[in-house]
Amino acid sequence: MLDDFVMRAALAGIGVALAAAPLGCFVVWRRMAYFGDATSHAALLGVALALSLDLPVFAGVLVVAMAMALIVSGLSGRTVSTDALLGVMAHGALAIGLVAVSLLPNQRVDLSAYLFGEILAVTKGDLVIIWGGAAVSIALLVWRWQALLSATLNPDLATASGVNPHREQLILTVALALTVAVALKVVGALLIAALLIIPAAAARPFSRTPETMAMMAAGIGMVSTLGGLAASFAFDTPTGPSIVTVAAVIFAVSTGLAPALRR
Amino acid sequence: MSLIATHDLRLVLGGQTVLHGVNIAIDKGEIVTIVGPNGSGKSSLLRALIGALKPAGGTITRSPGLRIGYVPQKLQIDPSLPLTVEGFLNLPRRQNRAVVETALHKAGVPDLAKQQMSSLSGGQFQRVLLARALLNMPDILILDEATQGLDQPGAAAFYRQIEDVRREMGCAVLMVSHDLHVVMAASDRVLCLNGHVCCEGTPEIVADAPEYRALFGTGTQGALALYRHEHTHSHDHDHHPGDH
Repeated sequence: MLDDFVMRAALAGIGVALAAAPLGCFVVWRRMAYFGDATSHAALLGVALALSLDLPVFAGVLVVAMAMALIVSGLSGRTVSTDALLGVMAHGALAIGLVAVSLLPNQRVDLSAYLFGEILAVTKGDLVIIWGGAAVSIALLVWRWQALLSATLNPDLATASGVNPHREQLILTVALALTVAVALKVVGALLIAALLIIPAAAARPFSRTPETMAMMAAGIGMVSTLGGLAASFAFDTPTGPSIVTVAAVIFAVSTGLAPALRR
Repeated sequence: MSLIATHDLRLVLGGQTVLHGVNIAIDKGEIVTIVGPNGSGKSSLLRALIGALKPAGGTITRSPGLRIGYVPQKLQIDPSLPLTVEGFLNLPRRQNRAVVETALHKAGVPDLAKQQMSSLSGGQFQRVLLARALLNMPDILILDEATQGLDQPGAAAFYRQIEDVRREMGCAVLMVSHDLHVVMAASDRVLCLNGHVCCEGTPEIVADAPEYRALFGTGTQGALALYRHEHTHSHDHDHHPGDH
């Protein structure tokens, strides 16, 4: 079954969608969209680092994404205008990553593979990494779910009930870096943040609790993955962008339905 | 022994000393109100008491096993986060259903458990926050401008609720407020804060203190005078004769 590249692609996409869903909810609830951008754009720098040091790409991306996420989460705690700062970090990371990749000596790097993903080239080894990383990220979020929600609502309230908001932020940071690292192959650095945010936002109108929102987001993410794969075959379009397009269409429909769903 | 006490407390926020030399002690069952102008360090003091802000100097002593119920100044729930009242009360620890119902009942909103947080009115929202603070049977309730955004009758009703809770549970109450005339009448003790404790005592003593007048008094009117005036000036609230 895993010898079929379409099957591997579908499994890879589903793994990433499952990991991205609950994390994406937190990104939306905490208004961390730029945070997701900065971290996923930094993945490109990780690719350059890995290739120049002859390391596995996954390891390079994980390390750089983690470093970026830590820097950004450290900076966002300050009083500086975080919106502009995060914007600078997000786009700066992308630009520096592009420059770094172009500077690699004697490397023929297929840049578009890292920018937009190459889900159809997923190997069995990739599948192990994707599902392993996704499982760790999901386990982290499930384990800390209640505490993470408390810290998201109000840091002081969380502190008063014995939850350390800084530690919870760190957990999210780790989960984000892991998810970015496993999603790179599937949708590419440019569209990872889309996969985080769009399914979560599309799930919002149908949800009355945080848990249902995360599960709906996972469902929407999986439908988008499979729909995007199918569309990419039918219309001969790039797969990563096709997946995100399907998700965006689902979001548009769900947002259009939202007023009817409100009591 | 006091429930919670500070000794020569100093708090620094963003490199600036916001409070210094603060010695306060809250005893069992008393209602203490902190008043002070904006930026006087009121909220910082409360945040230090609940452990969210580390003292830059001095000490905070809590009686062993002290249970604190905290009602924050404001709680903005992002509209993207769906959350029922019940779900909110189960954060961060899942609670027994009966405990949740009791807390909602004590806070005066027994029927809201299934409602979305986003659908609550201002007064209901504050009562749900109060219910949350009551979950662990606190020894002391700490409220930070809990009536911000409520109209005057709403604020008065909320304070009556607090008094009921105190009577029923015997917990101490420490609160920060702008509603001087409402709050001070209900307090055992008032602390006037402006970078340090500039005066303290019963509401009458504080209202007459020159330090307090310097901060709040407009001409000859202190807060209590304002309070007494309410009956003659509140033509719009004639249908709320019990608001005090």
